[in-house]
Amino acid sequence: MVIGDIERKLRLQNFEYSAPVTVKEAIDLLAGDNCGARILAGGTDLIVQLRQGHLSTDRVVDIKRLPDCNKLSYDPSEGLILGAAVPCHRIYGDETIVKTYPGLIDAAAIIGGIQIQGRATVGGNLCNSSPSADTIPILIAYRAECEIAGPTGTRKVPVEDFCTAPGKNILQKGEILLALHLPSVAKSSGAHYLRFIPRFEMDIAVVGAGAYVELDEEGRSFKKARIGLAAVAPTPLFAREAGDLLQGKEVSEASIDAAALAAQSIARPISDMRAPAEYRKHLVKVLTKRALWGAVRRARGEFVPNAVQENGR
Amino acid sequence: MSATSTSVNGNGKYKVIGTRPIRPDGVDKVTGRALYGIDMNLTGMLYGQILRSPHPHARIRGIDTSKAAALEGVRAVVTAKDLPPAGADEVISLVEGTFRLTHLRSNILAGDKVLYQGHSVAAVAATSLHIAEEALRLIEVDYEILPDVVDVVAAMQEDAPLLHDDLTTQEFGEDSGKKSNIASHIQFKLGDLEKGFAESDIIVEEEFNTASVHQGYIESHNATAEWKTDGQLTVWTSTQGAFGVQKQTAGILGIPVSKVKVVPMEIGGGFGGKIPVYLAPQAALLSKLTGRAVKIVMTRTDVFQSTGPTPASYVKVKLGADKTGKLLAAEANIAFAAGAFPGSPIGAGAVCVFSCYDIPNGLVNGYDVVLNKPRSAAYRAPGSTQVNFAVETLVDEIAEKLGMDPIEIRLLNAAEEGMRRVDGAVYPRIGCRETLEQARAHEHYQTPLTGPHRGRGIATGFWMNAGLKSTVTASVNEDGTVNLMEGSTDIGGSRASIAMQFAEVLGLPAEAINPMVGDTSSVGYTELTGGSRVTFATGWAAYEAANEVKRILITKAALYWEAKVEEVRFEDGDFIHASDPEKRLSFKELASHLVDLGGPVVGTGAVDPDSGVGGSFTTCLADVEVDPETGKVKILRFTMVQDAGTAIHPSYVEGQMQGGSAQGIGWALNEEYFYSEGRMKNASFLDYRMPTCLDLPMIETVIVEVPHPQHPFGVRGVGEASIVPPPAAIANAIYDAVGVRLRDLPMRPDRIFSACLEKQAATVAT
Repeated sequence: MVIGDIERKLRLQNFEYSAPVTVKEAIDLLAGDNCGARILAGGTDLIVQLRQGHLSTDRVVDIKRLPDCNKLSYDPSEGLILGAAVPCHRIYGDETIVKTYPGLIDAAAIIGGIQIQGRATVGGNLCNSSPSADTIPILIAYRAECEIAGPTGTRKVPVEDFCTAPGKNILQKGEILLALHLPSVAKSSGAHYLRFIPRFEMDIAVVGAGAYVELDEEGRSFKKARIGLAAVAPTPLFAREAGDLLQGKEVSEASIDAAALAAQSIARPISDMRAPAEYRKHLVKVLTKRALWGAVRRARGEFVPNAVQENGR
Repeated sequence: MSATSTSVNGNGKYKVIGTRPIRPDGVDKVTGRALYGIDMNLTGMLYGQILRSPHPHARIRGIDTSKAAALEGVRAVVTAKDLPPAGADEVISLVEGTFRLTHLRSNILAGDKVLYQGHSVAAVAATSLHIAEEALRLIEVDYEILPDVVDVVAAMQEDAPLLHDDLTTQEFGEDSGKKSNIASHIQFKLGDLEKGFAESDIIVEEEFNTASVHQGYIESHNATAEWKTDGQLTVWTSTQGAFGVQKQTAGILGIPVSKVKVVPMEIGGGFGGKIPVYLAPQAALLSKLTGRAVKIVMTRTDVFQSTGPTPASYVKVKLGADKTGKLLAAEANIAFAAGAFPGSPIGAGAVCVFSCYDIPNGLVNGYDVVLNKPRSAAYRAPGSTQVNFAVETLVDEIAEKLGMDPIEIRLLNAAEEGMRRVDGAVYPRIGCRETLEQARAHEHYQTPLTGPHRGRGIATGFWMNAGLKSTVTASVNEDGTVNLMEGSTDIGGSRASIAMQFAEVLGLPAEAINPMVGDTSSVGYTELTGGSRVTFATGWAAYEAANEVKRILITKAALYWEAKVEEVRFEDGDFIHASDPEKRLSFKELASHLVDLGGPVVGTGAVDPDSGVGGSFTTCLADVEVDPETGKVKILRFTMVQDAGTAIHPSYVEGQMQGGSAQGIGWALNEEYFYSEGRMKNASFLDYRMPTCLDLPMIETVIVEVPHPQHPFGVRGVGEASIVPPPAAIANAIYDAVGVRLRDLPMRPDRIFSACLEKQAATVAT
């Protein structure tokens, strides 16, 4: 979401609105449209961008009536299916998900304010493809996959391969993100997402870091780790090498610091009104370290509060 | 709202004053019934839009509005050529100072140059908002881009791009004839500065910078104008002062004030920013051309880019003290960024800089500097916060160097009755010392702060408060209630505090008074709501009106009893026959008989009190925790102590103290106009970071009551002084926590982190 650098603002212009009830209907609407049709889920990015004149469209296709986009189901062997139109409040209102995917809750509970969370969706956050999106690093860390339906059938794509540039992604004309699939989590695993913002809520991430770790049964060493980063490159980053460094290593200040340094080395942030690049680079190290330690503590069964728990909602 | 509120020195001699009745405008506001400017909807009304400059500084070579005018639904397009030409020396006198009409007009519609990004260039009226917006895109403006300057020190340099070809520096009130962006240079002197520094054992001197910050009111600017064929113009708008809008609009349009009626709507915050007009003249011109009412509403981006931030500042201060901590000499050089036109509160900044302390020798130089930013506007204690940040940081440094407690050094030097300030004014009875003593005695200060990277800071602040003109008219109803018409737009609960002062005089319950804010045709002249003056001056007018009502009612009671006027006395809300105490009429009973006693009873209060130089002092305590790895500050605890004089409605006094504290905290930590290439990049509430609920602790308040010596109830006014000390208190707390002194506002996390890094590097090096 880019606001602020606005030369010419236009209020919302007229457009066609469709709310299909089948995926086929939705795909047909999108594929047969030549006017830059836009998909609407929660609308917390789309409506703002239309109002600000960053986007224009003659057709908006609302996917909230598609059953596939409203699924929210968890199965211990299959993992989590998270429909693209499921709003954040449904996610953090689900006790099983809170317990099983705490890292996802960390992100879902800090997007915008509480009113925004009533509408905003994780799928929309991904499709908006902002480098600073809060849910993408933790989706990467959880090894989530995108289920995409289109005119030629469905395909699955890892989240880390989804975004291609600020505001851009791999979705082709006529394609819809139906759902995200998060694999089931191992025993002795934990995850944590955190971001740095100058205030204590409502800001866009200056830097975000999400980590998923699996520890051995004693909780002493890493079996595997995955790290995702936000707001330090044109797209969210998968810090693959940083996570791989931890494989088989003992949980220690030294091993985690080394992973954080590796994560920092791939960050290539810019300077803007939200922070200078050098400071962002520094924060990557700090946040990666903290995200890893938070994930470790959760893997060990310790309580690390999410934003909902911290702010007493 | 506050967790702990303490009222000190309250004398308990009043019945209504000091209580907390429900505000008269409360129900309408919480149920959404209150009418704001944006609610205006008149038959056939058109929608206006303003074309604004994308460039910070450019010459307008031409404007072609023909395509826009030809668009279906567009009814009128106006530019600067539709404004009457102003003579070069025509001036208009407003509360904030005297302004050249050419400047006010150029700010409404740019003439040959645009002077800041967001500068109004043309206005369109159309049958819908969409058409009006579409029309803006069809206006062709031929700009010749000019070099810009947005930094106050850079703007003062000889080789800086000049904004105004005809601006010359006023040196101590005399025209120097020198072309410059420095509009004026003022100076205050007291005692012998050199001697003061020579006698000092310790001298500190530092430079400070503060960023432009916005008042941040929730409601954006709006105006609806209807210019009828009889030449009568009506403006409905959100403003701090209807009469000020009347004066500015009439002046800009070149018509008599009697032709302009201004109806002040409910106001969603102002903080000084809703004193200038930004939209009314354009809406009026469009209405005149179309014969229809025209409404214009700003977007938030317009509000940031086109309306008053408070000046950014450069402040250099030097302080000298002896070994005991007694301040002996003080020198300040202050430059304020006035924005595109002269008129920053440099005078107030120069008065306030050393106002908290008794310093015998002082020198203050102040500079009002124009540059390519929006014309700055007043913001809560305008000019005081910027200079306080510098002085209060340095006082803290002296205390630290001398090993003194930060409150003790302030008490040692505290301003007191009879002291002469650097600008020459002598204080009457003031409450500076009392706020410090209450802060010292407070449980907050007495409780040690523990834990790593935590620190406590303290600072004292001042605002001078205004008196000025106010009118109140009161009519007694037959049911014993009173309709009270006043001219002060109610921003912070002033309808309640004015009604309470009226009620106090007549021994009535506050609920018996129905206060209303009138328009410029229905109430006598009243200056704007600002300068912490409304409860003081309009309250004083209410006191006068109530006394007149009392005098008239005494004659009515005499008539009723067929007694002499001297035989009737007023006591505890009752009218009593002096020689026959059995004869007793309550206000309500007497009101019910008025219909037979010669008719209506109306009392008027029209006042112009000088508030004196007493003003209001604040002292605040801030506890912070700094994240040493990121530089982020969390406010753990915050206490504001203020001398209110007499607190009429303590809840609204506390509300002002908490509101000022919140804004001071925002100014301290995150708020700033972020510029790149002369353009503001963060013109939205997303990236212009005002504090949210989670950024603030519960702000504790202590009301100190040192009555104003002249005011009938001792009111001082409380709206502003609470914004002044928070940035310095937080800076001092950060130093206490992590050992770094921040000299620039805002004290963003990256700045604090950098300062910590530099300190580490310096420690390693030594």
